[in-house]
Amino acid sequence: MNRIEKKIRQLKEQNRKALATYIVNGDPTPDITLAAMHVLVEAGVDILEIGVPFSDPMAEGPVIQRGHERALVHGTSLRDTLQLVKAFRQTNTDTPIVLMGYANPIERMGYAAFADAAADAGVDGLLTVDLPPEEADDLHKLLKQRGVETIFLLAPTSSEARIKRVSELAGGFIYYVSLKGVTGASHLDIGSVKDKLSVISRYSQLPVMVGFGIKDALSAQAVSSYADGVVVGSALVDIMGSGHSQAQILENLSAKAKSIRVALDQR
Amino acid sequence: MNETNIDFTNLPDERGHFGQFGGRFVSETLFYALDELQSMYDRLKNDPAFLAEIDKDLTHYVGRPSPLYFAERWTEKVGGARLFLKREDLNHTGAHKVNNTIGQALLAKYSGKKRVIAETGAGQHGVATATVAARLGLECVVYMGSEDVKRQSLNVYRMKLLGATVVPVESGSKTLKDAMNEAMRDWVTNVDNTFYIIGTAAGPHPYPQLVRDFQCIIGREARRQCLEQTGRLPDALVACVGGGSNAIGLFHPFLQDTSVAMYGVEAGGLGLDTGRHAAPLNRGVPGVLHGNRTYLMEDENGQISETHSVSAGLDYPGVGPEHSWLKDIGRVKYVSITDDEAMAAFRSLTRVEGIMPALESSHAVAYGEKLAAQLSKDDIIIVNLSGRGDKDIHTVAKIDGIEV
Repeated sequence: MNRIEKKIRQLKEQNRKALATYIVNGDPTPDITLAAMHVLVEAGVDILEIGVPFSDPMAEGPVIQRGHERALVHGTSLRDTLQLVKAFRQTNTDTPIVLMGYANPIERMGYAAFADAAADAGVDGLLTVDLPPEEADDLHKLLKQRGVETIFLLAPTSSEARIKRVSELAGGFIYYVSLKGVTGASHLDIGSVKDKLSVISRYSQLPVMVGFGIKDALSAQAVSSYADGVVVGSALVDIMGSGHSQAQILENLSAKAKSIRVALDQR
Repeated sequence: MNETNIDFTNLPDERGHFGQFGGRFVSETLFYALDELQSMYDRLKNDPAFLAEIDKDLTHYVGRPSPLYFAERWTEKVGGARLFLKREDLNHTGAHKVNNTIGQALLAKYSGKKRVIAETGAGQHGVATATVAARLGLECVVYMGSEDVKRQSLNVYRMKLLGATVVPVESGSKTLKDAMNEAMRDWVTNVDNTFYIIGTAAGPHPYPQLVRDFQCIIGREARRQCLEQTGRLPDALVACVGGGSNAIGLFHPFLQDTSVAMYGVEAGGLGLDTGRHAAPLNRGVPGVLHGNRTYLMEDENGQISETHSVSAGLDYPGVGPEHSWLKDIGRVKYVSITDDEAMAAFRSLTRVEGIMPALESSHAVAYGEKLAAQLSKDDIIIVNLSGRGDKDIHTVAKIDGIEV
């Protein structure tokens, strides 16, 4: 069983919600990310999403854009990110890892080479923002054969026909984009999230994680009433880019993740 | 060019692909807007009323048809094939860009959206968008890399006079590609009330198709004018290629005329071997950026490279997907011209014909000269003069060490 499925099943049995966090590999320096991943797991994070740095992160708001730019100063690449996962797996074999990024670095590496390397490193899922189901067939097949799930986005603008189509292809979980906008936006509307999630649940048995615009304990708690879990990104990338010492960054990261964990468990 | 039975004009397919290129590589939120745009365009593209409205605007507002001008002195000087210029520089706003913004603004009007956004590099597309927005009373926001805002202050001021808001983009390399990223982010956020007017024949389907269709007026006119003036088709077409909208507009109506050779001219910058250029079709690899698969300039990790060209309008790491396809099937030959060669052509045409070409178009002029010298006096070459050079006076003066 894939680690994602196993983790979400466990949480369901405990009647708990999943907490997924997003940080960018190599942000602000290459030597911090592995430590940050372990810190997040210790703070109660269930799923680690690792951003693969890209020069043109079109779907990101300013906070995560800066994260990609900081990571690229040191040339952090997709290959480095696969190495990171491999290193993490030496001491942690059960926390699911999802790589999140853009199509071009994968295109450059080659789909088959990437699928092999991702499976070998211990990656559980891949979310490629600009590779919708229409364009994802080839990569999806290669990943599936190797036990890596393809995670797709659904959005407030997704029609029922698209929800159906995405549900047929998607694995791991559905990532529901809570608002029309970029990551880190602040106009989250819980009511509309609730309505759309009920439509999605008609077509998909997969767990639904909600992201974009969830920045603190309060918003996480509110959204989690209707979803299987939440994804927090910009709020953490903000901490990574704060310019503090590495020790201080890790401490703040841990505190933030814990506050959201506590809120999710107190529903 | 071998005789062939390929139909070059039946693409893209329904998913927006030109062979392996094109497509729709965007995040989920934009699918609905692209679907909506496509179904509206499919409905309108053969609607006589819609086409008549565009025709009317092109005639009375833009000033079409633009002349096909036999450049006699230039031809004499080069001493080879007869050189004709397709005078897109004489359009309202001074370049071919307006052919497309007229069409897309009309789509915006039909869609009922009251706000339009655009990305711009040199500012020509921004000005053309601000112009049609002013005329239709639409709110207009133009994204422009902060580096380009500095380099092209004249066009920034023109856009402001036209009532547009110009937003300097500080992310990434602070140039055209980053302006396009930022426009996409705006569109994702304001998709309900905003129409995105893309300036070149790139981006997610259906943009490469609809921009091409709106620019094809260039080639349709040129084909007819050439037949009228010379009694036959040209032997070769030459156009500069950044994103490639003026080139595809000229080439497309001639694609089935297999006797007509075509040359797309990329920006060779400081030279292809220096790495400081903007020539993805010559030196790039296929990849995915800004919603389509196409040739790109990138590093070994798939990060998009910064480009260089003396002309801001060619300074872009990608190219429209149809050009990538036309390169791979061999229908169009893609060559390059360096900054220095383009500057020399700018000066030469200005002095010999009294026509000051845009630095983008100067690349086509320079290659036209090279090609003409290799052909005979009976041959005919059409060079697309995609825009006028007034906007580049500051750049040229700076190279000459003069403060204007």
